[in-house]
Amino acid sequence: MYDFAYHKPGSIADAVKILTDDPEARPISGGQTLLPALKHRLAHPTALVDLSGIAELRGIQRDGDRLVIGAMTKHYEIQTSDVVKTAIPALAKMAGNLGDTQVRNRGTMGGSLSNNDPAADYPAAAMALNATFRTDRRSIPADEFFQGMFATALEPGELLVAIEFPIPTKAGYAKMRNPASRYVMAGVFVAKLADGSVRVAVNGAGPGVFRQEEMEAALAKSWSADAIAGIRQDPDGLNGDIHGSAEYRAHLVGVMAKRALAEAG
Amino acid sequence: MPQVSLTVNGKPHSVEVEGRTLLVELLREKLRLTGTHVGCDTSQCGACVVHVDGESVKSCTMLAVQAEGADVTTIEGLASADGTLHPMQEAFREYHALQCGFCTPGMVMSAIDLVMKHPEGLDEKQIREGLEGNLCRCTGYHNIVKAIAAAAEVMHGRRTELAQAAE
Amino acid sequence: MNVVTPFEGIGASVRRKEDLRFLSGRGRYTADIDRPGQAHAYILRSPHPHAAIRGIDATAARAMPGVAAVFTGADMAAGKVGGLPCGWGVKNKDGSPMAEPPHPVLAVDRVRHVGDPVAVVVAATRAQARDAAEAIVVDYAPLPAVATIEEALRPGAPAVHDEVAGNLCFDWHLGDKAVTDAAFAKADRVVTFELVNNRLIPNAMEPRAAIGDYDPSADEHTLYTTSQNPHVIRLLMGAFVLGIPESRLRVVAPDVGGGFGSKIYHYAEEAIVTWAAARLERPVKWVADRTESFVSDAHGRDHVTRAELALDGEGNFLGLRVATRANMGAYLSTFAPSIPTYLYGTLLAGVYRTPAIYVEVKAVFTHTVPVDAYRGAGRPEATYLLERLVDVAAAETGIDRIALRRRNLVSQFPHQTPVALEYDSGNHAATLEAALRAADWDGFESRRAEAKARGKLRGIGVSTYLEACGLAPSHLAGQLGARAGLYEVGTIRFHPTGSVTVLTGSHSHGQGHETTFAQLVADRFGLPVSQVEVVHGDTGKIPFGMGTYGSRSLAVGGNAMAMAMDKIVAKGRRIAAHLLEAAVEDVEFEGGKFRVAGTDREKTIGEIAMAAYVPHNYPLAEIEPGLEETAFYDPKNFTYPGGCHVCEVEIDPETGHVQVVNFTAADDFGRVINPMVVEGQVHGGVAQGVGQALLEACVYDADGQLLTGSIMDYNLPRAEDLPSLSLSHHDTPCLTNPLGVKGCGEAGAIGSPPAVINAVVDALRERGVRHVEMPATPARIWGIIHGGGPKGAPAIAAA
Repeated sequence: MYDFAYHKPGSIADAVKILTDDPEARPISGGQTLLPALKHRLAHPTALVDLSGIAELRGIQRDGDRLVIGAMTKHYEIQTSDVVKTAIPALAKMAGNLGDTQVRNRGTMGGSLSNNDPAADYPAAAMALNATFRTDRRSIPADEFFQGMFATALEPGELLVAIEFPIPTKAGYAKMRNPASRYVMAGVFVAKLADGSVRVAVNGAGPGVFRQEEMEAALAKSWSADAIAGIRQDPDGLNGDIHGSAEYRAHLVGVMAKRALAEAG
Repeated sequence: MPQVSLTVNGKPHSVEVEGRTLLVELLREKLRLTGTHVGCDTSQCGACVVHVDGESVKSCTMLAVQAEGADVTTIEGLASADGTLHPMQEAFREYHALQCGFCTPGMVMSAIDLVMKHPEGLDEKQIREGLEGNLCRCTGYHNIVKAIAAAAEVMHGRRTELAQAAE
Repeated sequence: MNVVTPFEGIGASVRRKEDLRFLSGRGRYTADIDRPGQAHAYILRSPHPHAAIRGIDATAARAMPGVAAVFTGADMAAGKVGGLPCGWGVKNKDGSPMAEPPHPVLAVDRVRHVGDPVAVVVAATRAQARDAAEAIVVDYAPLPAVATIEEALRPGAPAVHDEVAGNLCFDWHLGDKAVTDAAFAKADRVVTFELVNNRLIPNAMEPRAAIGDYDPSADEHTLYTTSQNPHVIRLLMGAFVLGIPESRLRVVAPDVGGGFGSKIYHYAEEAIVTWAAARLERPVKWVADRTESFVSDAHGRDHVTRAELALDGEGNFLGLRVATRANMGAYLSTFAPSIPTYLYGTLLAGVYRTPAIYVEVKAVFTHTVPVDAYRGAGRPEATYLLERLVDVAAAETGIDRIALRRRNLVSQFPHQTPVALEYDSGNHAATLEAALRAADWDGFESRRAEAKARGKLRGIGVSTYLEACGLAPSHLAGQLGARAGLYEVGTIRFHPTGSVTVLTGSHSHGQGHETTFAQLVADRFGLPVSQVEVVHGDTGKIPFGMGTYGSRSLAVGGNAMAMAMDKIVAKGRRIAAHLLEAAVEDVEFEGGKFRVAGTDREKTIGEIAMAAYVPHNYPLAEIEPGLEETAFYDPKNFTYPGGCHVCEVEIDPETGHVQVVNFTAADDFGRVINPMVVEGQVHGGVAQGVGQALLEACVYDADGQLLTGSIMDYNLPRAEDLPSLSLSHHDTPCLTNPLGVKGCGEAGAIGSPPAVINAVVDALRERGVRHVEMPATPARIWGIIHGGGPKGAPAIAAA
């Protein structure tokens, strides 16, 4: 790791100021992705801005028909939260199955979403649930937030504060893990929202999370495994590597969609 | 250089570190607590697991400065002052759940967190899944799984003494 | 106080003495050691698989904070540092020696694999050393590279070493070709089969580390290193690399966190830190990152083989012809040439009576990390080939796979194979039947049907195995090319008050020798295990030794201790005879007591030790004081552990994921000292075998870049990849060593891969599948089930 200055601001405003004043500074939340990257010297930030001292970034609340999760809320807190388990059980279950116990004890939802690793779990949930990303300066809908591999709509210095999830009537998630890294090889989150609309998000398989619109249309007509049985994910543009080709990942999208649907009930 | 103050195994320490110093480096190099090991650089092997404020974390994936004010327990701090082993340590010995010993400290620390998070009890599948973040190359996990199941019985008070391993 | 403690003797599952320190964080691994004033080394490695070095500019690096020195290959050459030696020479078919190109400690004008060391920075901290290494400017001219055996043997392929034509290290053979050809000529049926034994990266959990320390006043060098055999390192590094007499070089291998073969070899970093410490008169410490381990620890396996089995009409094996090409990597690692030859070709009879066998092996250089022994070392490759071949033969002849095995088992001992080995003992029918029974082989079809109802494809596979352990009779090893003796050394030192120190040349890095060796001694002398301390891993303390590999610690090291104990007893009898005023021939020894036959007059071993060290009433004219004996044991033969593994898998046809749901092993390890420890060895071996079969593969791309360069891409077995294992043993004592022991360290990794793949193929049999290459990853299985397989994907996934 290259050396860096370390700051631990107590407020969002202070954090944003440091990040704005020094464009080479990076925020650190749980650090479960950032620190391994720094150890391999893949990045050279001048300073790390530790967000763990900012109380307003944490917490889980039910706000009417929405579930609001602070960006610095840890996976383990989400996994075990009765509020989350009641409102969106699929999200609690996702949190309980990502990374390992030690990652879940440190890693945060906001950190993961801001990083937007194509093989991370939460982007599928946020996309399928049509989440809203509340930052220090604005709100960003999920469809605009995710901008491809490791890219989001966040501007330099902009901090994710909380994620608002509309509470769906049905939601389910299934994934196939990369056998080695245990990140997502192909995952599908299906959700039927309160307004009756259906959203299906695919993670792991492509260069970033994306919506499977053909499945959305089919499930909007009929919320059943049969409705999507004939839908073939196009492998064009999907990831292929030593662990599986694009064709394999495309196939898994169909399998995981079926299983996610079964989870959703 | 930043200063970090923390409690390790009940003792307060105040140590000067670089920003980039990892918690595991602080423990091993500054405090000479070398029971916590480093087995990988991709945050996967779990040899470095310690408890920070009661929860298991990979000390290779946490900066020393992030442990400011924290209460850290390492493998060296598990046994009682009189030398009595923690039930998990005792179970690892009784069930031959270690061979080369390198993954063992992290494995034990993770196992304790796993058991503490499941007061209702754990079956074999849950134990195996719960060891996702710890790699062992020697034991095939067979005896680790048995040791954790046996220790859980003691830790949650369902047995007063560790069940002996079958001969 | 010589309390007889039968429960701690041979055959008792004594809980391990070493565990208390490991469980309380008091283990002392190389990386845990700090020497006063030490500096840290960082090794700059080649990012290129093949390149010429046109120049190295370390000016900026030398000026960086904390930097004590930067050394390059040119500096080491100027310092008269030799290359890393190879410890085993293999001859070509025509009797000429193998190609043995130099292996510089630091590359001089050419790099030959990604990770080839190029320069070392020594600085006050590890981070500073790494910072400075980034400031070294190496002017590389990249050259075309070959990563695979096929590419390396292609005419006109880039040469790994200019002086090695066609990248061929050697072209070796074993067996009688004419006799074998004749057997094939009269065969009713010939089954032909090709397969790959996948390349593996050992990944002991402790990354390698080394500390060089130099005492200028005594002109003495000390190396602390993660080694399975410190004396071998002292010999190789002292004599061939650094020119330091063994009398002034101490090598310490303290607690070592697993080896599996990868810590046998003499590595460049050991020489670098020892040399740099003397140059700088300052201790120099190097600790590998895991990512560095992937490109600097010797890899394992990597064979491509074509085999033919000749059978008569009843299914008797008549002959076996095997042609294997083995990847050596870019340089010859310490024992590399012996692995695909004498530890592979000699094992091709397995547990079968096959009367004629001919094997040829071409070893090739490629632009990859050197390949050497990894748990099993040649024997897993032989066993995998045989046991897959037998299953294929069964399928193609229509003979039941169990019946075909039963028909061909060796059942008379001694048994001379056509590939040089003489088996002394075994009961392969017993282990086969025991494993089948324990696995409920006969009840499998109902489990298959039940799984099918759940949408899973269930399969069952069996594998028998036999290995040659206990390396090795030195005269034989010498004839076969070993450049060292392969005996072992043990010292038994009684102290005046009756406690015992055992010094052994074997090394424990997980095997539990501190307990099992103490049991051997405690058993013989009627002592509690707590009174026996086993010391190993330090050339400054141990007279000599060849170390731990090839399941030899008990079979060779244990027998050396047994011989030393014989000497103690012989001397003790003479002392006792004097004290008891009896004739030596009338003194019996049993259970720690010397007794005049037919009387109750006796002396305990403790009393004898006291008398030997306080020789007031002692026959000083005839016997020296003291009670310490050393023995060198050179084995008469290899030992032949064997057994049978049965594996059951379930395949998810939608994802291709294979889960091992049952695993049963029945083994014959000869006499067992500590069943708990032995079972632990099998658990770990099976896990590595399942890893090879389902999860692990080292993959290079066509240009020689390592694609599986970390645990993020190289899949190590996790707890949920494995089931609990069902083990039993059915032991027949080894007849060629005093203890009757055979060895158990590698068996699990040898027997299991074919059992797993046979189960996978069985699960897919109704879909017409003949073979599945290892590792049987989800993507590979999916590709097979859905036909065609993924397009253009490299090796792990390709069907």
